[in-house]
Amino acid sequence: MSGARKLPLLEPLTEAFWTGGAQGELRVQHCDDCGHWQHPPLVRCPKCHSANLEARAVSGRGAVKTWTVNAQPWQRGVDPTFIFAAIELAEQTELYVLSNVLCAPEEVQSGMAVQVTFEQQDDVWFPLFAPADPA
Amino acid sequence: MSELPEKLCRITGIGQSEVGRPSAKSPIELTLDAAHKAIADAGLRVEDIDGIVNYPPKTDLGGGISPVGVNEAMFALGIDARWIGVANHEGPGHMGAIFAAIMAVATGLCRHVLVFRTVAQAQARLQSREATLLSGTAARVSGNNAWTVPFHAVSPTNHWALFARAYFDKYGVGEEQLGWVAVNARANAAHNPNAIYRDPLTIDDYLSSRMISSPLRLYDCDTHIDGSTALVISHRDAAMDCANPPIHIEAMGMSLGGLGQGIHVGDFTTLPATKAGEMLWQRTDLRPKDLSCAQIYDGFSIHVWLWGEALGLWQPGEAAHFFEGGTRTGIGGELPVNTGGGQLSGGRFHGYGHTYEACLQLWGRGGGRQVRDAKVSAVCNGGYGYGALLLRTD
Repeated sequence: MSGARKLPLLEPLTEAFWTGGAQGELRVQHCDDCGHWQHPPLVRCPKCHSANLEARAVSGRGAVKTWTVNAQPWQRGVDPTFIFAAIELAEQTELYVLSNVLCAPEEVQSGMAVQVTFEQQDDVWFPLFAPADPA
Repeated sequence: MSELPEKLCRITGIGQSEVGRPSAKSPIELTLDAAHKAIADAGLRVEDIDGIVNYPPKTDLGGGISPVGVNEAMFALGIDARWIGVANHEGPGHMGAIFAAIMAVATGLCRHVLVFRTVAQAQARLQSREATLLSGTAARVSGNNAWTVPFHAVSPTNHWALFARAYFDKYGVGEEQLGWVAVNARANAAHNPNAIYRDPLTIDDYLSSRMISSPLRLYDCDTHIDGSTALVISHRDAAMDCANPPIHIEAMGMSLGGLGQGIHVGDFTTLPATKAGEMLWQRTDLRPKDLSCAQIYDGFSIHVWLWGEALGLWQPGEAAHFFEGGTRTGIGGELPVNTGGGQLSGGRFHGYGHTYEACLQLWGRGGGRQVRDAKVSAVCNGGYGYGALLLRTD
């Protein structure tokens, strides 16, 4: 994959997700009252309505839930071949992060174990996922 | 219990402009064409229309997703409306304008509402091939698109490909089944003079077509067009004076999920449209077996399976097998689906083509694609917000 990524706007709720990589951490919103992990982050916990929410580091481990290999050249200057996937994080069932998987297109498959890695561009550390040994 | 609002309403007229890729007509001209056809079809005059609503509001964003709003259309048509509605991108999506019209008519605010939907996405793409991408023009991406665009997923195709892959993995099916959604649509479009693609398409053509975002191929994606669709929704008392046998709105259903905000629940093989389906069937004694045909949203082929299962037309995983081979979903099949070609072959009239086609079938105007003795049609719209209608003959 080559070509600059379009940067996300850093907002109070989302900044931790996009910048945790500076400390090597994938940060996901956690409800400190009921323990629910939520991504994308919300202003209240969708399970218990608490505002006692904090972006906390997760293990960065997970598995590919489902994936696609793009082929269409949507944008000039961007290599069209990339893997876009839903990663189910190890911390909670159905806790998904959409991202890219860094492996050959023919190697990706559902259920594949992955580990977060970061790619910095300006003030954003994009959480990407690389194949990992199964936990 | 008081009568359900939709049961007080009828569809009395339909109209559709030419379809273009691109059209030489301006978006407002296309809108007027569709609106005047619908009003005339109902046997009404412009002066009879006392309500107007469209989906979604006019936007100057470059993608041509809604180049004509209710204000511009009302004055260009010369409608003196007592009720002027809006239906935005949020909530139940495309059908929000129809639901709003139902509420306005049922509460007595007006008697005949013109509902329209205009798109000019082909014209927009002439200006820039990137006009319809999710990346937008701002320096940074925000909102729901912030969860996909930074990972190069600038097209909804990338997002819905995740659902197709998950469905394939879970049920052990594949493109040999999914392709039939596109093949079926094209076979039906051959008999629709206003479909954008009418040339025959075989399953082999599908399987050899270029990949867009695996497993979705070119023919799994609908097509940007320029065009407009309009409907007249009338109070049942006022409908008795109209030209057509009024079409009953037997039931409506709506729901909303988190997909449009990047929130995913489940295993990517179901849609939050399930609740819309449940609501729909709770409001009627009719059952899926009573359907003469179904007009199922097909922004992408996979939507048809997911939506059909959400509506209870097929059990989870069964849609794939129902489509395979094309005979059960074709005209004359067990349940004809997207009888005008849907959006895959008919063009992205963005949900409104489906309602138009349902009415056309119920009025027996389908010509070569007419379903015999069509009496009941389900219609559903939306990928991120969900709306469904059950329509039946008088």
